[in-house]
Amino acid sequence: MDDNPYDLLAEDSDEAHRWAFGTGFTDPLAGIDITVPGGVDPDALARQCLALGDDALIYSHRLQQWLTRMPELEEETALANIALDLLGQARMLLARAGGILGRTEDELAFFRVEHEFRNVRLVEQADGDFAELVGRLLLVATWRLALFEALSSAPDPVLAAIAAKGVKELTYHRDYAAAWVVRLGDGTDVSHERMQGALDRLWPLVDELFDDATAVRAEADTVLDTVLATAGLDRPTGAPLAGVAGRTGRDGVHTEALGFVLAELQSVARQLPDATW
Amino acid sequence: MVSAANKTASVAFGGRTERGEGRPASAARAWEVAAATPDPELPVVTIGDLGILRGVTLDGQRVVATITPTYSGCPAMREISVDLRHRLERAGYLDVEVRTQLAPAWSSDWITEVGHRKLAAAGIAPPTPARHHGGPVPLTLGPPPAPPCPRCGSTRTRRAAQFGATACTSLHRCESCDEPFEAVKAL
Repeated sequence: MDDNPYDLLAEDSDEAHRWAFGTGFTDPLAGIDITVPGGVDPDALARQCLALGDDALIYSHRLQQWLTRMPELEEETALANIALDLLGQARMLLARAGGILGRTEDELAFFRVEHEFRNVRLVEQADGDFAELVGRLLLVATWRLALFEALSSAPDPVLAAIAAKGVKELTYHRDYAAAWVVRLGDGTDVSHERMQGALDRLWPLVDELFDDATAVRAEADTVLDTVLATAGLDRPTGAPLAGVAGRTGRDGVHTEALGFVLAELQSVARQLPDATW
Repeated sequence: MVSAANKTASVAFGGRTERGEGRPASAARAWEVAAATPDPELPVVTIGDLGILRGVTLDGQRVVATITPTYSGCPAMREISVDLRHRLERAGYLDVEVRTQLAPAWSSDWITEVGHRKLAAAGIAPPTPARHHGGPVPLTLGPPPAPPCPRCGSTRTRRAAQFGATACTSLHRCESCDEPFEAVKAL
């Protein structure tokens, strides 16, 4: 090896170009053909990308709220990585939706109000404890992984590419969450009780995830049953949380928790609407 | 198009232009310049070594370099893009476009042999082969195959954390020499 590898980064005497970093975001789909192929309904595609992008954006923010509060540095690092993966997925999906709707990813993230968000309600709620954190992550990652596997062959090549990339990331998220659920479920009496309690509280929001995709639900159920059996946990039986006149997160009807997320997520952009970063 | 898989065959690129003494002459040279861009988070390896650089085309005076993110949220993409453009411009290519490509999704299997050697020499274990090829992704509840220690070569290592300081690494410890080390995750 040559000396210090960091010399390679610094070999440039003209460093000015590096200061461009942080002064503006580039379109995450720059240079990618974003033409909507014939046979694909652009409105339906935009709705689908918006919903999946909102899931990732809101959940990423909830995970970021744990940072500096995790019990171990390794878990903190894991969560930061997972939140970052989801933020990356959110950016591409919102850019895909925005390209069709004529809005930028920033406009979609920072200048919509609650009823315009299409995320499922499971991702908007704060975790009550660490067991809820890993339980919710298991549910979200298991569902999203099964869904993204299916979407990897979506007729829109951009969505298919985002999904295929996401599958690899979500595999790590699911494994991480599953390992913790097993560890807590199969741990002490106290950890078992708290893990079961967390799943019982989360379960009413699971039904909403599987709106109309039975194959996705079958795959997710198989995985969840394996994890629960390994952990010695019972599959909760709580009834699904009702919507309002049948309308739930995908219809823009949310729990009160979403308002708190948006208040924090959007505060800087709304105070300084002309700011660039 | 000079691609990662087929770079020598593309040297005889038809649209290239000779631009005089000291000027870039071929798509192969543009590839060399682009491929030498270091990864900002793992600067011991270049974007050529990592398989992040997917292609370089030269059409007249215009260079189009195509890169792919390792992870969806990879914060290094912008830095790589700026650095890549700067290096090409400094090498005499004045009309440079950097494009992103999402499909096929990056795999750690694309890291070259040279990349593996450079990583190991820097104390970072190269990735084991990527796990998944078709069908539903299997759940992994136990620890995955442990990479051998890049310092002493021992296979008695254990994973300390599934995620590391960058999106593409995990943390390990060697039970033989007791040193901690990073490994590039199989993806």
